[in-house]
Amino acid sequence: MLLLERRPVDSSLMRWASPVLALVLTVITGFVLFLAMGKDPVEGLTFFFITPISDLIGLAELGLKMAPLLLCAAGLTVCYRAKLWNIGAEGHFLMGALGASAVAVQLVDASGVWVLPVVLVAGVLAGMLWAAIAAGLKTHLHCNEILTTIMLNYIALNLLLYAVHGPLKDPYGFGFPQSVMFGESALLPDLIPGTRLHLGLAFGLLAAVSVWVLFARSFIGFQLNVIGQDHRAAAFAGFGARRLTWFAFLVGGATAGLAGASEVTGPIGQLVPQVSPGYGYTAIIVVFLGRMHALGIIAASALLALTFIGGEMLQIAMNMPKAVTGLFQGLLLFYLLTCDAFIHYRIRLRAPVRKPTRVAAPAATQEA
Amino acid sequence: MELLTNILAAMVVAGTPLLLVALGELICERSGVLNLGQEGMMLMGAVAGFVVALTTGSLAVAVFAAVFAGIGMALLFAFMAVTLAANQYAAGLVLTIFGTGLSAFVGAGFVGESINGFERVAIPLLSDIPVIGRVLFHQDPLVYFSLVAFVGIWLFLHHSRGGLLLRAVGEDPEAANANGLKVLVVRYLAVAFGGGMAGLAGAYLSLAYTPMWTENMTAGRGWIALALVVFATWRPERVLIGAWLFGAASILHLVLQGLGWRASTELLAMLPYVVTILMLVLLSWNPARTRLNTPLSLGQPYRPGR
Repeated sequence: MLLLERRPVDSSLMRWASPVLALVLTVITGFVLFLAMGKDPVEGLTFFFITPISDLIGLAELGLKMAPLLLCAAGLTVCYRAKLWNIGAEGHFLMGALGASAVAVQLVDASGVWVLPVVLVAGVLAGMLWAAIAAGLKTHLHCNEILTTIMLNYIALNLLLYAVHGPLKDPYGFGFPQSVMFGESALLPDLIPGTRLHLGLAFGLLAAVSVWVLFARSFIGFQLNVIGQDHRAAAFAGFGARRLTWFAFLVGGATAGLAGASEVTGPIGQLVPQVSPGYGYTAIIVVFLGRMHALGIIAASALLALTFIGGEMLQIAMNMPKAVTGLFQGLLLFYLLTCDAFIHYRIRLRAPVRKPTRVAAPAATQEA
Repeated sequence: MELLTNILAAMVVAGTPLLLVALGELICERSGVLNLGQEGMMLMGAVAGFVVALTTGSLAVAVFAAVFAGIGMALLFAFMAVTLAANQYAAGLVLTIFGTGLSAFVGAGFVGESINGFERVAIPLLSDIPVIGRVLFHQDPLVYFSLVAFVGIWLFLHHSRGGLLLRAVGEDPEAANANGLKVLVVRYLAVAFGGGMAGLAGAYLSLAYTPMWTENMTAGRGWIALALVVFATWRPERVLIGAWLFGAASILHLVLQGLGWRASTELLAMLPYVVTILMLVLLSWNPARTRLNTPLSLGQPYRPGR
């Protein structure tokens, strides 16, 4: 019989092996899935994982998708370390995109180096505002942050839809629900000429490094860690739970807001309803897969960015539904959590305990 | 009067998916397990129901398929959260993200197809009662099922031995175990029941409410249902009232437009989510009150034999 037994000490090997194991299991499942659908699995997996990043343009596209994921994930890491279950990165992101766009459409004809920073700051502030609502509801009215942030995501989406159908709609846009194209000086500069890769990736990497500094070198990072691991211990030490909650949420809102602002001022150049293919939700997977560590989330954001372009590639090359991206992400997260159980537990083989017969030695009755 | 009756009838219809999923989650939470994966289970129920209805042409078979899809998802959750004792928050989120992805993948080829959904069936005599007859007894079969399920669950929880055992497990699994109850089995059954109800709620959306399939068609109803269970302080009769009130909030934009109000559809579509937050505020400002009603072991994994 297989028994699940608590390890005396958590396995630090499993902590880092688990994401790799989860990826392997996901790839195996993908292999089986391609077979079941009557497609060539090797070809399919190649199109998903390798073809998209086999040239410079592809790598640039990877970086393009990494930027918002990494920014959102960096903010969420700060929240999750303190066990604040902020699911609202999607809403912060959308508000960031909306806030930046609202300013950018006023500055279409403006020129000067000040335009872009103003637009980005507007996005950051909008994201922080959205996070502040959830923080206030948590610290002052004791509302569960999971439910409030989810609801705020839906509200943000409807606000954005309202804006592109109403006040921010391009009057000469042939009725399409989208804003005017932003002015040249409100657009993020490209990192690599000839590709779409823009400064957003640098923001993302900077955010990841800041997270590392925060938790490795600062007192507030230490306090966040303590409050996440033992709420009572943090209270005894006199760490202000309210202050830390506000800090974590505002950081989460700022980074996701910047991500949203970078998306509209980067590859899109205007506000459109489909500004996010779910970056804020995927960022949750990035944080768990990256073990809430700066280097981990950089690697995980690259992998999950690949699932977005891999899905598009499969759609073009093999006529598969684009939803394969979401399926892959879901499978990965499912396997990750399952493998994570073995950080705390191990499997023991034990023969089922039989009733001792009169002749048998009573040793078999010994309980583990 | 005519208008009011129509509004009330539409409110019951809009509240039915919430009622179904919230009743399932209520049973699940009463056993001490918090399953945040309602949205994922509902989506799988919705897609399974729609695909089966389209391919077999039978709504009854479709409903069964949806229920089994919900149960299947719930068992995945139970494996993570009950057997492997994983964090229930994380496992529930996994279920929602996984269900969203899987349902979109399964349903990708069926977007834009349409079926003939459930028709209204008037119950003889009862449907002749003024107002109430039209509101409650001139509806589709799944609405009737939701009413029967409500009565059944109310009786089960408060007037049966099984309900007592379920509550015992949710309040104090150690004590229940000491009394010879199989805590993990009870929790598995409760989670599976919740999954079946969530699958049915999803099927209501894709077979009756709007007979079609679109990605993410549940639009947060699974999450609203979670708030609803807290709002109802884990009591079925309050779940019923809450679900219908939410139904009213979600059709308000139709009512206002019917009355000739000029307001943005997008802004009015926010209303159910805003109401949910306001409701959470009303409930949560006094944490002692919530704590008083919460099943004591809610959210805590149970490992036997420690």
